[in-house]
Amino acid sequence: MKRVIRTAKILVATLGLAAIAGPALAQKGLDEPFQKPFKEALTGKTVAYVPVAMNFDLTEGWYAGLKKELEPFGVKFEIRDPNWNTNAGAQAVTSLISEKPAVMVIHNPDVQTYAKLLQRAENEGIYVIQINMGSAYRSSAFVGANWIEIGEKDTEAVVKACQGKSNKIAIVQGALSAAASAYTLKGVENVLAKHPEIKVVSSQAADWDAAKAKAITQTVLKQNPDLCGIVGFWDGMDIGTAAAVKEAGLTGKVFVATSGGGERKGACELVKSGAFDLNLSYDVPTQAAQMAGTIKWLLSSGAKPGSIKGSEYTTLIPITKENADSQTACWNLSDLKK
Amino acid sequence: MKRLRFNQQEIVFAVFAVLFLAFSVFLRGFLTPENMLTLLQNVAVLGILGLAMAIVVIGRGIDISLIAALAVPPGLVLQMVQDGHSLPASLLTAVLLTIAFGLVNGWLIAYAEVPSLFATLATGLLLAGLGQAALFQLDVVQWSDGMKGFERLGQGTILGIPTSIVMFAIACIVVAFLLRRTRWGAYIYAIGDNPYAARVTGIPSRPIIVLQYVVAALIGCFAGLVMAASVNSMPTRIFNSTLIYDVILVVVLGGIGLSGGRGGVLNVIIGTLLIGTMLNGMTIMDISYAGQNLVKGVVLLLAVITDSFLNPRNEETAQQGDI
Repeated sequence: MKRVIRTAKILVATLGLAAIAGPALAQKGLDEPFQKPFKEALTGKTVAYVPVAMNFDLTEGWYAGLKKELEPFGVKFEIRDPNWNTNAGAQAVTSLISEKPAVMVIHNPDVQTYAKLLQRAENEGIYVIQINMGSAYRSSAFVGANWIEIGEKDTEAVVKACQGKSNKIAIVQGALSAAASAYTLKGVENVLAKHPEIKVVSSQAADWDAAKAKAITQTVLKQNPDLCGIVGFWDGMDIGTAAAVKEAGLTGKVFVATSGGGERKGACELVKSGAFDLNLSYDVPTQAAQMAGTIKWLLSSGAKPGSIKGSEYTTLIPITKENADSQTACWNLSDLKK
Repeated sequence: MKRLRFNQQEIVFAVFAVLFLAFSVFLRGFLTPENMLTLLQNVAVLGILGLAMAIVVIGRGIDISLIAALAVPPGLVLQMVQDGHSLPASLLTAVLLTIAFGLVNGWLIAYAEVPSLFATLATGLLLAGLGQAALFQLDVVQWSDGMKGFERLGQGTILGIPTSIVMFAIACIVVAFLLRRTRWGAYIYAIGDNPYAARVTGIPSRPIIVLQYVVAALIGCFAGLVMAASVNSMPTRIFNSTLIYDVILVVVLGGIGLSGGRGGVLNVIIGTLLIGTMLNGMTIMDISYAGQNLVKGVVLLLAVITDSFLNPRNEETAQQGDI
């Protein structure tokens, strides 16, 4: 019996000691085994960015967002600006392949031009992330808007606004060669197929140009003053569309739906002023954060470029009069650049 | 028997008349007062640019940098106001920039004797590059609250006529006065017709050439302001577009020969009307973009071919040397 008590006493004492010793061990700190390889995987790596052009809200926003996320980890962030020149862009991508950055972030001008080059890049061991406008080649990641969904949602809103009215709508397309424009048009067609009562009185390309969009819309409105809605393909161009509607004194009567990157001056301000009734935003800062996240994941995974492929389609933010005033619906380029 | 002779101006006017009649008869909604105003409104900026180009071309030059003058100084106005400067100060800065730009163009062509095509090609790139690199934050410079009221330059109506048409009319009157009623205008024709003879007769040809480019740049800037006011923003990327070819087309199609010394404001108006009628008719018919380009190309080719059949080139005209 005594033995039992002794053993118990020793046990209690040991436990007590252990209890005291425990915190002492924790004060030494515990190494998290994964952060060092993560840092090593990023430091000194080069990420090259090839947009179709700088100097507009989308590409400037992505640039600022990526820079902010990646540079603190010692990533070298390079940019090649082809300034709307597809040839110059293809040359930039070709020369980048021989320079071997770790990651290329590519904004395609169309579906075909870069496709072969991007495949070659991944074969050479460069991760390729395509943004907003994909190519025919599926690379490690695609981050961007789903244009078909944009076309569908914009058209659904216009169709809804047309209920009980003339059911006449107009479509202002972007540039015919741009995939984004063609995909959006497909989305529009998907919805129109379900609504045979809707009559498209005009469907023309304005080349992403506000002045052309205005000219087309003016003529269409003169011919069809009872028009009930317009599906526009980009807010930067549809400033012109909206200006034509306003001049015809039809603001509020003609529903203008468009889409864009959600920069405050180009999106929320114009929705507030009544120029646009719906602006689907693909929220550029979130897209930039997703790109940066994907880059971090890919670099630290050690996966062979091209061996895994996935997509991250952007969750759209519909900007209407209800949320145009809020702080979160839109973003400011000047703030993102800070 | 006297051979029938038409000059290019008359041919283009005939093409315009035929098109206009055809559209009026076959296209419902074309020949309405509202649509006529829209037609004019849509080509008003093009017409104003055509006037600027006409002045230079009559003086036997060409100004490829016109679109830069259209895009950059007005863009600067919008950007400065956005950054908190006052509207008058911004306008003054833009006008000074435009004059400086015209002076550089004129100096290069008149004094350094660089061919106008190359000189303005380079300066246009320079000004557009300067805008993109140093002046603007974004390609599309948005309207801001400080510009309030200024949009009337391109929107709304004056006595029922859309303002941009009124602006085109004012520009037409000013340029017609300059070309036909002033001594400078007469000098421009003289230089365009025969620069060497003009110099021998004592016309100050170099300063007059400089003046041409300054006036052209100022008109370009004015067109830009009207355009910006009409779409509530300045898409400065327009410099990369094919607008300059449309401007040259308006001028050449209207019958102002690139060899200089001929034509006037009326030619610009006719060229503008033809382009406007085609664009408007095709928009009403909802012809696709590719189809529109095809039609435009065919009509223009027809006009040019007819001209060269009816007015064949001879040694004298060939010597004038088109570009």
